[in-house]
Amino acid sequence: MTSSKLDAKVPQGPIGEKWTKYKSTISLVNPANKRNLEIIVVGTGLAGASAAASLAEMGYQVKAFCFQDSPRRAHSIAAQGGINAAKNYQNDGDSVYRLFYDTVKGGDYRSREANVHRLAEVSANIIDQCVAQGVPFARDYGGMLKNRSFGGTQVKRTFYAAGQTGQQLLLGAYSALERQVGLGAVKMYSRHEMLDVVIIDGKARGIIARNLTTGKLERYFGHAVLLCSGGYGNVFYLSTNAMGSNVTAAWKAHKRGAYFGNPCFTQIHPTCIPVSGDHQSKLTLMSESLRNDGRIWVPKKKDETRAANDIPEEERDYYLERRYPAFGNLVPRDIASRAAKERCDAGYGVGLTKQAVYLDFRFNLINKYGRAEASRLNIENPDLDTLVRLGKEVVKEEYGNLFDMYKQITGEDPYEVPMKIYPAVHYTMGGLWVDYNLMTTVPGMYALGEANFSDHGANRLGASALMQGLSDGYFVIPITIGAYLSSEIRTKAIPTDHEAFVAVEKQVKERLETLKNIKGTQSPESFHKRLGHIMWEKCGMARNEKGLTEAIGEIRELRKEFWKDLRVTGDIDEFNPELDKAGRVADFLELGELMCIDALERRESCGGHFREEYQEDGGEAKRDDENFMFVSAWEYNKESDWTLHKEVLEYENIKIAQRNYK
Amino acid sequence: MSNENMTIHLKVWKQKNTGSKGHLEDYTVNNVSPDMSFLEMFDVLNEELIHENKEPIAFDHDCREGICGMCSMYINGRPHGPLEGVTTCQLHMRSFKDGDTIVVEPWRAAAFPVIKDLVVDRTAFDRIIASGGYVSINTGNAQDANNLPIGKERADLAFAAAACIGCGACVAACKNASAMLFVSAKVSQLALLPQGEPERQSRALSMVAQMDAEGFGSCTNTGACSAECPKEISLDNIARLNREFLGASLSKPE
Repeated sequence: MTSSKLDAKVPQGPIGEKWTKYKSTISLVNPANKRNLEIIVVGTGLAGASAAASLAEMGYQVKAFCFQDSPRRAHSIAAQGGINAAKNYQNDGDSVYRLFYDTVKGGDYRSREANVHRLAEVSANIIDQCVAQGVPFARDYGGMLKNRSFGGTQVKRTFYAAGQTGQQLLLGAYSALERQVGLGAVKMYSRHEMLDVVIIDGKARGIIARNLTTGKLERYFGHAVLLCSGGYGNVFYLSTNAMGSNVTAAWKAHKRGAYFGNPCFTQIHPTCIPVSGDHQSKLTLMSESLRNDGRIWVPKKKDETRAANDIPEEERDYYLERRYPAFGNLVPRDIASRAAKERCDAGYGVGLTKQAVYLDFRFNLINKYGRAEASRLNIENPDLDTLVRLGKEVVKEEYGNLFDMYKQITGEDPYEVPMKIYPAVHYTMGGLWVDYNLMTTVPGMYALGEANFSDHGANRLGASALMQGLSDGYFVIPITIGAYLSSEIRTKAIPTDHEAFVAVEKQVKERLETLKNIKGTQSPESFHKRLGHIMWEKCGMARNEKGLTEAIGEIRELRKEFWKDLRVTGDIDEFNPELDKAGRVADFLELGELMCIDALERRESCGGHFREEYQEDGGEAKRDDENFMFVSAWEYNKESDWTLHKEVLEYENIKIAQRNYK
Repeated sequence: MSNENMTIHLKVWKQKNTGSKGHLEDYTVNNVSPDMSFLEMFDVLNEELIHENKEPIAFDHDCREGICGMCSMYINGRPHGPLEGVTTCQLHMRSFKDGDTIVVEPWRAAAFPVIKDLVVDRTAFDRIIASGGYVSINTGNAQDANNLPIGKERADLAFAAAACIGCGACVAACKNASAMLFVSAKVSQLALLPQGEPERQSRALSMVAQMDAEGFGSCTNTGACSAECPKEISLDNIARLNREFLGASLSKPE
């Protein structure tokens, strides 16, 4: 039974009508009152920038915060391949229902139906809005928008701008945000990091932020606080996240009462550039869109020593095409990642470390693009060189920046030799638990985008993160926040010399001083690396009871050592990246423990959560719907002590089945 | 892939804060792998400095994939170093030789004051965008995306201009510290697209006015900006901005 503390507030009625009806009946705030209501937005990625801009356009007073030097740098900028929308521009049978269905199935039946359906409903509006802002999506010669395919779907519904879709979408949202800054409706605080949330009479009423340039602590009031601070993949140290991506804002909210949903649901992305050495600071994604045209293979022979191009066709194992003929190279990410690990563990990996597989473009470069271009240009019987030349031009247009990036990092040219790729931590489906309004368990505190848990279940489909961030920011929160703020119109702005602000600021100050005054010998970075190692080895692509139990003990020990032997150079009241990092690592050291506890508690395999004890004979994930069809929502009590609440998931519109991509 | 590690000598700009005077300081990093990125070499150096209880070097960085625009090192007299079309974070040590001495400075421009060491304040760029680098369309007002066909050539040109990452290398490369390439990229993107048409003139005028107010220098068409731009934003955009600005100035109602 769903815990009485968790009310998802899903509207009544048939799934296709819930959102429409709810929108028409939700409480509103009149324009005059909006001007007196202040909203804090933490984070300026797709969710934060779109929310801040849209709310300011409506008339609310918005304060937006980011730790980077400009809101345009938020890590949404690095998203590569595309954004999904149920436009059916390709006339291939796509629909809102199909996008909804693919997303729930892709998430291995661990997401909330009503939220996902709403996401699919507004997806088309997102594309319209972005195009209207001047986002330059890829177009065909007739001037219409182009689409490509992503994993876990059999239609083409992904809109894109070469391999830099996230950049173009974020710059669109950023320009909308800066427009409101210029109009005075948003006050922007860059190089500011939220270090705690202030709760007064049970409601979120503001934040304490550190000005990262001066090191000073500052207090900000808001009638509501929106956390749009992204995911926590950096708990693994090596991930595709930006160096600064962190869990701090969400974690502080969690410790002040917001339940944390499905913390163990982590996405390991199958196609990343493999680790090259101990100095490695981050991993780089090679977009899933490449699987439209790249074929994944390993040699059929163990310990193969020949170069990729010297291995003849019949000695290659296209293992995804072999195992999953219906979806082939476009199976969902969790499945593709596990399949790569399986081949490497079995001794078929390639490269120096043998921890890589090939992603090979030659076949489609020649046969798909080369031949199509040749026939478009009326070249009869083209020779191989011509096909390669023509194919390269198209591939360059579709993925040019990705190929360049690969070459920069590895020194190898993917137009000539296959890429070597391996799975890496990429995204976290888990996050703060939210209801249908996107409100956490703390009244007045919301979580949007990757920071919440709601739409992707146990595995996110490619090109759906951008969709969710913008859906939450442009189209959901502007409506749903009315349900709360309409009852706040009599609340006057609370002066920040209120005792609650003073008390929280004091706690933040003491913590910074504690970090600074340990005066030990080890850097924040070195602790982060060690935590990442534990997490990757024992709470990564494959998990088991023994490993998770050990990990919990090891993390507790590491945390003790951290608080005894940390060294933070520089001072508190100055620009000090070491202190910033120390605080973030301290929070990761707590989150890591909760992730392992959640993974241990979930005695089934589903989506990205693979417990070795629970698998089918063929190695596929074995779900346990009878006992685990729920969202884990963890309530923080004190250090190493949480209470589990369950939101039971009900599927009224989708037939539950074992995922089948064969 | 080479496995021969190198020794690299660095002369790095150290400056406590905006108000203080800076200087170049010497460092030596041993065991530098050619597969390391330039910033990873700084990570290694900083870890060593912390180990010796010395202050690490402050530098801006975030995505380390060449897209966020945060990293900003002036390496041997060139923004983002010796390669073309590459940001500092994507520069790898295989571009250097064992025993090399590398000079690393922050972006140098009056409009980009130094915050600390290699970190500068680029909020002037945000203010330029806030002055007009957008289409004034509120959320919810959009028509169906395909109701507005845009020819492929035009769309591609707009995309090429929109690829700017706002890092500021153009300003750092320019002897006048001009921000014309940055401003022209945004003005071009929106001038090329029908969505940008209604505000075309006011946009060019306001963005140029804000650029001047921020203290960026004038453009003398040397082309250093485009040559050093990690996203290879074309100089054609500056020509387009000049046309836009001139056209707008001439037709501006008095």
